[in-house]
Amino acid sequence: MIYVHNLVKSYTTAGNKFVVLKGLSFEVERGQFVAITGRSGSGKSTLLYQLGLLDHPDSGAIKIDGVDILKLGNRERTQFRLNRLGYVFQDYALVPELNAIENVVVPLLMQGLDKKTAYAKATEALKRVDLLDKANNLPSQLSGGQQQRVSIARAIGHNPQILFADEPTANLDKETSEHVLKTFLDLNKNGQTIVMVTHEPEYAALTHRTILLDGGTITSDKKNSAYKPQN
Amino acid sequence: MKRLFLSSKETLTAIRVGLFLAFRQIKRSSKWTTLLIIFIMTLTFLNLVVVSGILVGLIEGATVAVRERHIGDVGITRLKEKEYIERSSQLTAAIAASPDVAAYSDRYLQGATVEANYKTRRKETDLVESAGTVLTGIDPAREEKMTGLSKYVIEGSYLEQNDYDQVLLGSNLLIKYLGFESTAMPALKNVEIGSKVRIKFNGISREMTVKGIIKSKVDDIDRRIYMTDSQLRSMSGRTDYNVGEIAIKLKPGVSADAVKQQLVAQGFDKFATIQTFEEGEPKFLKDIKQTFAMLGSMISAIGLVVACITIFIVIFINAITRRKFIGILKGIGIDSMAIEIAYVCQSLLYAVVGTVIGFIIVFAILKPFFDAHPINFPFSDGILVATLSGTFIRAGLLFLATLIAGYIPARMVVKQNTLDAILGR
Repeated sequence: MIYVHNLVKSYTTAGNKFVVLKGLSFEVERGQFVAITGRSGSGKSTLLYQLGLLDHPDSGAIKIDGVDILKLGNRERTQFRLNRLGYVFQDYALVPELNAIENVVVPLLMQGLDKKTAYAKATEALKRVDLLDKANNLPSQLSGGQQQRVSIARAIGHNPQILFADEPTANLDKETSEHVLKTFLDLNKNGQTIVMVTHEPEYAALTHRTILLDGGTITSDKKNSAYKPQN
Repeated sequence: MKRLFLSSKETLTAIRVGLFLAFRQIKRSSKWTTLLIIFIMTLTFLNLVVVSGILVGLIEGATVAVRERHIGDVGITRLKEKEYIERSSQLTAAIAASPDVAAYSDRYLQGATVEANYKTRRKETDLVESAGTVLTGIDPAREEKMTGLSKYVIEGSYLEQNDYDQVLLGSNLLIKYLGFESTAMPALKNVEIGSKVRIKFNGISREMTVKGIIKSKVDDIDRRIYMTDSQLRSMSGRTDYNVGEIAIKLKPGVSADAVKQQLVAQGFDKFATIQTFEEGEPKFLKDIKQTFAMLGSMISAIGLVVACITIFIVIFINAITRRKFIGILKGIGIDSMAIEIAYVCQSLLYAVVGTVIGFIIVFAILKPFFDAHPINFPFSDGILVATLSGTFIRAGLLFLATLIAGYIPARMVVKQNTLDAILGR
């Protein structure tokens, strides 16, 4: 489903070039829940940005469902993200002027759904993250964990093929983090492909597979024994 | 192949999402900020309409004054080669009989000199204060009905039908009203109500008493001396009743051109120059009008640029402070066009609300107020000229400017790299 080959990404800061990803290659199959982990600066978030079409690599290949995403134009990349991908940001990234359900409904409206259908789907997504009772609350009226669940609802509302999550528990307390992780596991049990960046080994261990990055290279790629396969 | 443009369906979807975002951003943004922006837009609109309107109104006030106080809707003057209008009696009879005429005034005109200190000078060699003028003989009642001349008597009182050796002096014949001394425009000192002045013309000299002083802000009037037509006729020995000019005021809705054509059809154009006000309007007034209209347009243009910059700054600050959320919207697949539409809609809403409030202020408050209380400029009673069509054009220009000024900063922020926007780099 996701095919990555010899992926290289570098940044230039103050005239100095830093190679962040040094020729990564791996594949993710449909329905897998993959954790990308590593120390700070290991390149895990950078890798997610490339996979989520938020950034352009220097070289290499990324194919999602056979589509070479590096050949897509800006507009097509936007549409690809809209129709096929879901993205959960570390800091929730909700639009402050939109209430919970409106945050979820925006990408659905952008897909061309009529208002009634879009709101029905958004309601369903909020129900899946157990937050329907807060549908009309603005982000400022929600706790961090609740905001992250709205962010997840927004990411899954349009049934994306792949859900990317960038350290979704980084800003949350332990209890809320476990709640969020449980939400991901539930989604995965229903067949959702998930690629999650995390620096928490205990959460990574609950996924199907952990890819460990260090210095921009994959130092380990192993299946997790604690992972419970989907029903 | 990379796609650069949206299909019509995608465009409609982008507009729908743009409106969805715009409506909620406006609804949930700070009320005070929104009110402040709308207040700025209202001031901008007023700047566009009122400043140029007052400038044009300053001259329009002068034009209206010339029309109402002097020339009338139709003005009849002598032919160039004649001293006066021949067959004046027949002409005034025809005018008086016309159902379209509300009032008229036939005036005898006589070039003359007025002298003041001839009694008080110490030596015979001292120069007598004198000024050239046009002695104007009027029927006080007809003139009053035509121009309401008595309203412009600022000292003393208006002429009566039986006044004899009594005159009204135009204020520009007096230094205290003219405000300066000049050999090019001589004027008299120390002349008050009740003062004696000497009027001289065609070898005739007569001492008369100043009964009133007129200040109409129409230079032609304020350089004249008014007396009763019966005395001027007897002084000049005129028995033909031929006058120098006739001013006609028409009933509301009557076409001046139609009345002119009626008089022409009766053959009076052989004895007089018959002109509508527009035709007879002094050229200098037309030139000044054009000049002030140009000035007004220039000030409006500057106002428009200021409006553009204001909207640009407002939208740019709004967009730049929300750069991260714009990045996130793009990151979750919201098309750039929808985000740009959201910002353009916001700026248009500010412009629409500001303009509507501006319209109400102009047409419900300022225009009626200035019509009732013209601004007292030295040479005219300034009104506010704001036509509906002209104001709509300015509103349209403001919308266009707002559209552009709202779009550019939105575009600048939206086209930034999505990841940089999200990460605040």
